[in-house]
Amino acid sequence: MAHGLTIPNPLRLSRPSIIPGYGLTMGLTITYLSLIVLFPLVGLVVKSTSLGWVEFWRLALDDRTLAAVRLSVSAAFGAALINLVFGVLLAWVFTRYSFPGRKLLDAMVDLPFALPTAVAGIALTAIYAPTGWLGGLAAMVGWKIAYTPLGIVIALTFIGLPFVVRTVQPIIEDLERDVEEASATLGASRLQTLRRVILPTLAPAALTGFSLALARGIGEYGSVIFIAGNLPYESEIAPLLVVIRLEEFNYAAATAVGAVMLAISFAMLLAINLVQAWSRRRYAND
Amino acid sequence: MTDMPYQSHPARRLDATMERPGARRAVIAAALLFLGIFLFLPLVSVFFEALRQGVGHYVSSVLEPDALAAIRLTLTVAAIAVPLNMLFGIAASWAIAKFEFRGKSFLITLIDLPFSVSPVIAGLIYVLLFGAQGFLGPWLSAHGIEIVFALPGIVLATIFVTFPFVARELIPLMQEQGTDEEEAAISLGASGWQAFRRITLPNIRWGLLYGVLLCNARAMGEFGAVAVVSGKIRGITNTMPLHVEILYNEYNFAAAFAVASLLALLALLTLALKSFLEWRHGEHIAGAVRH
Repeated sequence: MAHGLTIPNPLRLSRPSIIPGYGLTMGLTITYLSLIVLFPLVGLVVKSTSLGWVEFWRLALDDRTLAAVRLSVSAAFGAALINLVFGVLLAWVFTRYSFPGRKLLDAMVDLPFALPTAVAGIALTAIYAPTGWLGGLAAMVGWKIAYTPLGIVIALTFIGLPFVVRTVQPIIEDLERDVEEASATLGASRLQTLRRVILPTLAPAALTGFSLALARGIGEYGSVIFIAGNLPYESEIAPLLVVIRLEEFNYAAATAVGAVMLAISFAMLLAINLVQAWSRRRYAND
Repeated sequence: MTDMPYQSHPARRLDATMERPGARRAVIAAALLFLGIFLFLPLVSVFFEALRQGVGHYVSSVLEPDALAAIRLTLTVAAIAVPLNMLFGIAASWAIAKFEFRGKSFLITLIDLPFSVSPVIAGLIYVLLFGAQGFLGPWLSAHGIEIVFALPGIVLATIFVTFPFVARELIPLMQEQGTDEEEAAISLGASGWQAFRRITLPNIRWGLLYGVLLCNARAMGEFGAVAVVSGKIRGITNTMPLHVEILYNEYNFAAAFAVASLLALLALLTLALKSFLEWRHGEHIAGAVRH
């Protein structure tokens, strides 16, 4: 860094180091980050402002856009709730119980992170279509899963499955058994101990996992479009609407929907950071 | 041997922190049922549908020219995107972990940003920049440079969605390892490059491999971002996941699942290697990558 420069530079070293390479590696980092991530994202914001205030809100608050955004958010919320319940359950089962195949199942939980979303999408559709294994069963009782919003929740449940498990698991591993014993000694039933002692301890981590799954679900595209049915106002998710607008060469509308989704992403990012900060404080105090 | 039952005191003592056997069995059953429906059924159905019309059909679907072109493109894209993100990850973690400066946590948040953005938005931003109606579109077409609906666009979108993987793994690992060893080497006269090659690199190699593994899986499997920028020209700009979609939309289900099964095998291989690294070299992996 230049000598004698008085301009406040947030990246200036606050402690000198004998290790070289700061300028080079930081320069590379900032350049690459700017070119790949920051400039293109700013481009989206600039493009939306160039639409003009009135036009932007007309496109962003369009009925079809609102329906799509509402569906993406509510389906992701439903799926994240399912994952919250089963994520805590799975994390508990993997850390506290032993049964044959436990290690293998534990490793398999990361499958949704590793399996390409398009593959998950067509596989889930094959299962839940009226002709599929589970879709056929549902059809017998008059239920339709694939090509309805319920199908979207199923796909997002698959995609978000690992988040809660992986945030809660290390917390259960670190739980002090003494506290549970003390609770039992003081006369609490096992269920009371679970509800009053253990679940409150797991809550911050579970909420972190829940919000990560929610954020992922809102933006998810590949696994959903095959199973969704994609009817406007009914089973059309927000990311798909962006793609449709682009295919119509309606860049203005694509930009407006994209900007709304980006704003939701930033709000979720902020929420996740707050939850994580709260979570870290809670576990640091324990 | 006969007094075995009386030796079970430690286990008995833990009874207060254990659920009753009946409850335990019910919870395990619920967990297995959930995993069976949500993980195993989809995985099994990929291979079941792929082989539904016989092995001959499977092999010919995978060896068909458009499928081979898609496989080649996917490998090419990963071969460009993964090393670039690896170099970036090493540079970023060196700058962040070995030095103290203000704004560090903000910088880490920025590096993580692509994980929070929908893949479709990742594609959209490049179309808005480089597309025919984009900011740089007219200039690019005047100079005969194709980015969107061509290889560069696919590579850019892939780099965006896989951007944080290596950095996210290396930053906590290198922070944990500290700077003592490098400082010692440099006081003894090593150059920065020598310190990196002889000390840092051996220390981070398993974590680096772990990050690269996850980065590669996502790069080869990315769908949404690539779908937006590719234009889906058969045999030319179709990656494997896009080829799966096209075959599926043409109702060529067995062929779609055949190509999908290759991607599923890649996912299983990735999981196996990942578990192996966690088991064998767990202490050299931060394991912070959870996306």
